[in-house]
Amino acid sequence: MRVKTPIYGLMAEFNSPEGLLAAARRAHQDGYRRMDAYTPLPIEGLSQAIGFHRTRVPLIVLLGALAGCIGGFLLQYWIAAIYYPINVGGRPFNSWPSFIPVTFELTILLAAISAVVGMLALNGLPRPYHPVFNVPRFELASQNRFFLCIEARDSKFDQGRTRHFLEGLGSQGVYDVEP
Amino acid sequence: MPPPAPDRPTVLEEMPPVIEPGHSYASITDKISSIVLTQPTPKSWYLGFGVGFIFVMVLLVSASYLFVMGVGVWGINIPVGWGFAIVNFVWWIGIGHAGTLISAILLLMRQKWRQSINRFAEAMTLFAVACAGMFPIFHLGRPWFAYWLFPYPNTMGVQPNFRSPLVWDVFAVSTYFTVSLMFWYVGLIPDLATLRDRAKNRLVQITYGMLAMGWRGSARHWHRYEMAYLLLAGLATPLVVSVHTVVSFDFSIGLIPGWHSTMFPPYFVAGAIYSGFAMVLTLVIPIRRIYGLHDFITMRHLRHMGEVMLATGMIVAYGYLMETFIAWYGNAPYEKYMIANRMFGPYGWVFWLLMLFNVLVPQALWSRRVRENVPALFALSLCVLLGMWLERFVIVIVSLSRDFMPSAWGMYAPTIWDWGALTGALGFFIACMFLFIRFLPMISIFELRGLVAKVDEGTPA
Repeated sequence: MRVKTPIYGLMAEFNSPEGLLAAARRAHQDGYRRMDAYTPLPIEGLSQAIGFHRTRVPLIVLLGALAGCIGGFLLQYWIAAIYYPINVGGRPFNSWPSFIPVTFELTILLAAISAVVGMLALNGLPRPYHPVFNVPRFELASQNRFFLCIEARDSKFDQGRTRHFLEGLGSQGVYDVEP
Repeated sequence: MPPPAPDRPTVLEEMPPVIEPGHSYASITDKISSIVLTQPTPKSWYLGFGVGFIFVMVLLVSASYLFVMGVGVWGINIPVGWGFAIVNFVWWIGIGHAGTLISAILLLMRQKWRQSINRFAEAMTLFAVACAGMFPIFHLGRPWFAYWLFPYPNTMGVQPNFRSPLVWDVFAVSTYFTVSLMFWYVGLIPDLATLRDRAKNRLVQITYGMLAMGWRGSARHWHRYEMAYLLLAGLATPLVVSVHTVVSFDFSIGLIPGWHSTMFPPYFVAGAIYSGFAMVLTLVIPIRRIYGLHDFITMRHLRHMGEVMLATGMIVAYGYLMETFIAWYGNAPYEKYMIANRMFGPYGWVFWLLMLFNVLVPQALWSRRVRENVPALFALSLCVLLGMWLERFVIVIVSLSRDFMPSAWGMYAPTIWDWGALTGALGFFIACMFLFIRFLPMISIFELRGLVAKVDEGTPA
């Protein structure tokens, strides 16, 4: 039976990345999907363990690079051949080899901006408020502790049973997360 | 001698570790964040920042006088139209390159020793590029029109000439600055979150909290973060090579003997990394001592930086050798005269000083005793910094002073305003570095945590 809960979720604390990784795998096996893990350093395999496999960051970077490359070249072509042509000893206006350095720089520039902005946007940052910060111990998530949070919107979530499940995973403590 | 055991090559055993044993996630976090948050600011910080600040004032005075009077206050004239300003520009841009090399190229090569010096080196890059960027703007004559260098719709109906390497430079340097800034900031976000969570003072919490953008270390976020960081490193790697290449085009596309050379791009890039590593060592050695960071910046780091300096120094020395060889082998009279003038002309003493500082003295790095001797490394890196500055002096000024027609020759002597801009920019750089080590974590905390995990597992670090 599902109980309507006013909380955001339940959060379990671990003192090692291995403990968290094992717990995340168990939770995923058990059928939990709406969860997230919080760690002070990137842990290899953790995002896969909670069921997150692919990111669109590379695609965004590729699109940015293409936009910079094509846009950069067209900008120079339009200026040098159409808008403001300068005749230097009868040489062609579309002197494309001289346009390569700026095309290259603009490719890198737009790709790098897309990498940063794309990563932040997909992560939903900047985001000053998030319910997980309501757990007092959560300040250690950026220092030396590892957290697993199962969210209340998960279809399998049940405050009592989920708490019992998390406690059985070898955690140091389980806390309610206020919304 | 017995043969080395097959599973553990002896080389690794001789190497000092990248992080001293006995550290945990908590001790690393505490040690590095306490420099910013709780430790009293050391007296030497005030001294260093104070000296930097005084020279920032020198820079402001020099720049104001220059803007009011025009570039005539400098020693430049025809034929030497590019003086200290361009020497400084090339020198500073080169110094910046080591930061990107450490943070991007060594990341792609999975060199773990980069992790305690990359933040520091990236900050150095940022401030060095800022110093570099000042000089071409100072040199414009009418610096308030600097934005004319960019293509933008304007009522004059005029646009930049994209066939000019000087316009390429505008794009290369501004892209380099932007990408370095983003790379540095993205690397800082998780550490800013650590500072936010450890700060006790409300104002400090809010400041670092805003800067950390609400980072909470979610596994999904880390996944995208690592992907973006890796891609940024992949993008910064060709970028750093292209920037000094474009800077060298400023010279090699010109026809002046001593400039017009296809060898310039690789030779400039190697020289850039050479001076950049020298600057990293010059900064890291005192700061490691002042803040007691011997556990994180170990002999291993200093040794490797010495090795990179030796390798790039040899490439630079090869460049000098080839310039001379080609002048002799090519048998072009102006090229031959250029080398003779460089060695035995009125500025010959600069060339021989350059050989001493850039080629001769750094040969001491072949000895491991020198590479492991901290004061010697410090002295050597100062030599290299000076040597690389002299190299740019030789390329820019000595080449311009005597070109094709003896009737067009002329000498260059810097004025007090040239020296003001040079020392002022150094002061600006020093002041920025000191502000950085006071207010931001100078070592990447989250990347060091990754090293502890590896050390704990017992793998050779």
